[in-house]
Amino acid sequence: MSLHVIAEAFIAFLILLGGAFALIGSWGLTRLPTLMSRLHGPTKATTLGVGSCLISSMIYFPLKAGSWSAHELLITLFLFITAPVSANMIAKAHLHRRRSGNDGEGGKAIHDPLPPPPPDAHWASFGSEDGPRMP
Amino acid sequence: MIGIALIIALGCVGLAMLLNLYRLLKGPNSSDRILALDTMVINAIALIILFGIYETSTTYFEAALLLAMVGFVGTVAYCKFLLRGDIVE
Repeated sequence: MSLHVIAEAFIAFLILLGGAFALIGSWGLTRLPTLMSRLHGPTKATTLGVGSCLISSMIYFPLKAGSWSAHELLITLFLFITAPVSANMIAKAHLHRRRSGNDGEGGKAIHDPLPPPPPDAHWASFGSEDGPRMP
Repeated sequence: MIGIALIIALGCVGLAMLLNLYRLLKGPNSSDRILALDTMVINAIALIILFGIYETSTTYFEAALLLAMVGFVGTVAYCKFLLRGDIVE
C-alpha cells in the first residue's frame, strides 16, 4: 500500500464528503419550515461541503500535475469569511420585511414564527426604543 | 477510485442545485429566493471545482474565485435593496 494509494483514497473520501454535505445543505434548504431555520442548511453544511471539495483538489493537483497553487486556499478562505456575512444580511432583510408587514412581492404579510430573543433583550437589528437606532 | 467518487459527487451537487432551483421558484418571499440564489452560487463553485479535478485542469479556479466574489456581492446588494429600497445611497 503505497503513499499514492492512500492519498487517492483520502481525496476520494473528501470528494464524497463534499458532495454529501452540499446535498444535505440543499435538502435542508428545501425541507425546513421557516426562513430562520432554512438559513442553517446552506450557511453551514454547504460551505463545509465546498471547503471539503477545495481541500481535496488542493491535495489532488500537486499529486497529478505536480504544481501547487494558492487558489483553492483563497477560495476556501473567501467562502468561509463571506458565508456568515451574507447569512446575517439575509436574516436582517427578513426581520425588517417581516416587521414592515410586506414580503417584497405584492405586499403579503409574512407569518413565520420567529425564534424568541433572550428575555430583557430586543432583536439587535431593530435597536432599542431609547438607544441609538440603526441608520 | 477518484473517478467514481467524482461522478457520485457531481450527481450529488447537481441534485442539490435542483433542490435549490425548487426553493428559488417556490420560495414564499424574496428572502428565500435570495438565500436559494446564494446557495446555488456556492453549489456552482463546488461543481466547477469538481469538474476541474475531473479534467485535471487548473484553469477553472479563476472562474470559481470570480463566482465566489460576484455571488457574495450580489447577495449583499440584493439584501441591501430589500432593506433600504436602494443600493448605493
